[in-house]
Parts: sequence; structure tokens; C-alpha cells
Amino acid sequence: MQRYSLFSLARNALSDHQNWQQAWRSPPLRDTYDVLVIGAGGHGLATAYYLAKNHGITNVAVLEKGWLGGGNVARNTVTIRSNYLRDESIPFFVKSVSLFEGLTKELNYNLMYSRRSMVDVVQTWGRLRELKRRMLNMDIHGSTYEQLDVEELRRRIPALTGGGPESRLPILGGMVHPDAAVCRHDAVAWGYARGADARGVELHQKTEVKALLRNVDGSIAGVETNRGTVRAGKVAVAVSGHTTSLTETVGLRLPLKSFNLAAFVSEPVKPLIDVIVNCPDIGVYLSQSDKGELVIGGAPDPGQSFRRDIKQNVFENAVSAMLELFPAFRRLKLMRQWGGALEIAHDGSPIVSRTDIPGLFVSAGWWGGFKAIPAGGYTLAHLVANNQPHKLIEAFSLDRFRHLDFVLESGTTTAR
Amino acid sequence: MLHIPCPFCGPRDESEFAHGGPARQQRPDDLSPLDDAAWVDHLTVPPNPVGPVREKWWHVRGCGQWVTIERDTLTHDILEETGE
Repeated sequence: MQRYSLFSLARNALSDHQNWQQAWRSPPLRDTYDVLVIGAGGHGLATAYYLAKNHGITNVAVLEKGWLGGGNVARNTVTIRSNYLRDESIPFFVKSVSLFEGLTKELNYNLMYSRRSMVDVVQTWGRLRELKRRMLNMDIHGSTYEQLDVEELRRRIPALTGGGPESRLPILGGMVHPDAAVCRHDAVAWGYARGADARGVELHQKTEVKALLRNVDGSIAGVETNRGTVRAGKVAVAVSGHTTSLTETVGLRLPLKSFNLAAFVSEPVKPLIDVIVNCPDIGVYLSQSDKGELVIGGAPDPGQSFRRDIKQNVFENAVSAMLELFPAFRRLKLMRQWGGALEIAHDGSPIVSRTDIPGLFVSAGWWGGFKAIPAGGYTLAHLVANNQPHKLIEAFSLDRFRHLDFVLESGTTTAR
Repeated sequence: MLHIPCPFCGPRDESEFAHGGPARQQRPDDLSPLDDAAWVDHLTVPPNPVGPVREKWWHVRGCGQWVTIERDTLTHDILEETGE
């Protein structure tokens, strides 16, 4: 792998940047591998990377229906945080945040990682109670949450001029999560792809998996793709939003529902907000990108959906909610909008698990899965390599549904 | 925005409705022959097709009627209105 550095930049400048190596190869598709990872998104690529790096398993192919990093890893709001509620969730997300912190150096790829606090604007007593409960649990597990009074909240977010005593929902206070960060989403996918490729993993784009295949003994045999049959003893499914469509080809039903979650960005403006602002009571959150655009997300479309656009009324709800608290944003033009199909499990927690089909693993239910990419890949690779779950994901197995032993989570996204 | 056919008011904007979740699957009449797996399946696994789902909507900012519709999860076309 060609290392990126100031020196390599200078050397390539001398030859007009004509001699950079391609970031990853495009090898021909073989018919057998040790492990297949379906989905070249954040989780799939991270899994392939850690399979090669931590477990020495390099006879791996990542199969992608579209293009690398073109799914939900390109369709999110890049928030990295660990302010979750449950004992099972917090350590997992603390691990993910800590992996993200060292990732630029590890992957030799600039993720433009920018640590900035996440500030919750609290407008109901019930929400304040719930967040304080999270704070107590986060203290135990090494994450951080602190309460702010209204004055301090408005000092940290000068643009927050709405929510006064006369408003529909007056602001009661805030919570700040100093561990939160944002980074460049494409770079996460590309960095993991390049790192995996350098260790021998093959990346195959435009290779759509049509169905999973089983052996006569019931174990996984491989997959049927638009480029032919590919065999492997282990198959990991990381296709956020479309997991059930794939697993049902081998009769495996999973407790997942797919929804459309959307976001949009404003025109770029001067630096205005230096934290991630989350307004859980009205269901909107926003941060400012390095380019100056405000990146704004709202609540999901309530009905099941596999669409990638945004519904007008969902969009209007998010905008009108935001304007209650940030009336000055009325003058901003909105530039782009996007949505993605993602899925949520019956209890709101992710599923990283073996299945009833030997050799088939699923990573699913990532409602807000961008922040989980490093730890999700790290633990799924461990599971695939050892056939035993890493201790961080023991609670996220499918067995919990079998015993109705749910991990009910409220910290997944805003408005939940 | 969906135009949801309310049996009382006719087609109305989705913003007048609250989503009521997937239409409940028929509860098995006799639970005794069910094994745990089948019961857990009934409790936790909803249909999640790229295609038609049956779901409930409540005309809360209208007449108050509950409506069950069949809607395509990819096109958002409402295929069938089955009433309460």
C-alpha cells in the first residue's frame, strides 16, 4: 500500500500527480473464498479490515451491489457518540468512539475527525429525567454526560434564540456529551477499503447478491450473485436496511423493520455552531460541517419504507421544529436532501449474531449505525473468526429474542 | 405525502393521521400447540417486505377513525383500503 504523507504528496507533485497508485485493486471474482462479506458499506468494510488485521483471515471477498461506500455510510449525519442508556450498549459505543479517535493514523487516511461536544436541548421534564438516568449509567461505563443550566446552554449555542419562557416548550436546560465527534463519512469507507485491500481482501463492486445458498446439511454454502455463484464456508451479512430481504432467501426471519430516515443540508455559512445540537423533544438535530453547511436531521418516516428520498411532510416537520428553537435559520436556503433505508430491531438494539444457519452471521438493526462502524466491524470480525461473540456484543445476539430478554434502547437517534 | 383513504372523510393528507404500526397479525386461536419459537416469532417478527404491508393509521386530526391500509414500502402506493 502506498502510504500517504507530506513526503509522498511532495514527490507526486513533482510528477504532476500522474503516478498515484489506485487506492484498491479490482481483481477478477473467484468462485471460492473463506469468508464472504455482503455489503461494502462501513460495517462490511470494517469487518473485512479487522478479519485481515486482527485474525489473519485474508481470503475474503466483499460483495457490493452498487458502488463502494454508496449506501447508508454515505447517507447519514456523521455523528459519533456514546450517550446510550443500557449497560450492554454503552461499553460498545465507548469502544467505537475510542477506535474512531485513532483511526486516521491507523488507516493512514485522513478522516477529518473533529471532536466536538454534543449538546442536548431539553424541553420536557420527562426527557430531563431520562437523560439524567443515562448520565448515571454512562458514569459507570466510562462515558461522560453533564447537565447544563439554560444560561450556560445559550452561552454555548448563541444561535439558540428560541425556546424562551413564552414558547410552546420552554427550554428547561441541557446536557452535554463531550466525547462526541464528527468525521468525513466517505473517508471511513475508503480508508477501511484501502486498508483491507492492502491486506489481501478483494472488493467486488456491482456484484449483487441475489440469494444465499445452503448445503444439504443446512449450513451456508455461499451466495448467488449477478456474476455467478460464489462459495464460502462463512458469510457475513452487513446490508443495512435490506437484511430481511436477503435472509428470507434461506427462510431466516428476523425481528427487523425497515424505515426511511432522512437529512438535509443548508447553504454554507460562516462558523455559527461549534457543537452538535440535539433537540430530542422536538425531534431535530444539527451540526455545522467543515464547509459551513448546517447538516440537519429529523425524525423517521413513521411507516415501513425502503425508499431513499425524503417525504415532504417529514421534511416540513423537521424544518418547522428547528425554526422554533433557531428562528434565525428561517433565512437559510436548503441545498440538498437525502434519505436511507435502515432497520430497527424489535427492542431498538443492534443484532450482531450467529444465526440458526451454521456459517451465516448478521450485523443488522443499526439505527444510527455510523458511530458503530469501528466497533461493529471489530466485533463482527471476532465473531466470524472465532464463531464466538466478543464480550461487547454478547448481549446483541439473536438469542435475546428467543428468551424475550430484550435490551430496550432509547439512545439510538433523536426523537426516540 | 400519502393520501390516506378515510372511510368517513374520503382521501385526506397523511399529516392528519398518526401512524398506528403494522396491522396486528392474527393471534393464534389455540396457543397450546405452539412451541416457544413460533410464539416468539408471532410476538417479535413483523413482515418486512419490499412490497405491500398492512398497517394502521389513526385519523386523529380528523374524524378519529382507525384505518387499515395496504401500502407498498417502495412506491408508497396505497393498494387497498380495508377499513377498520
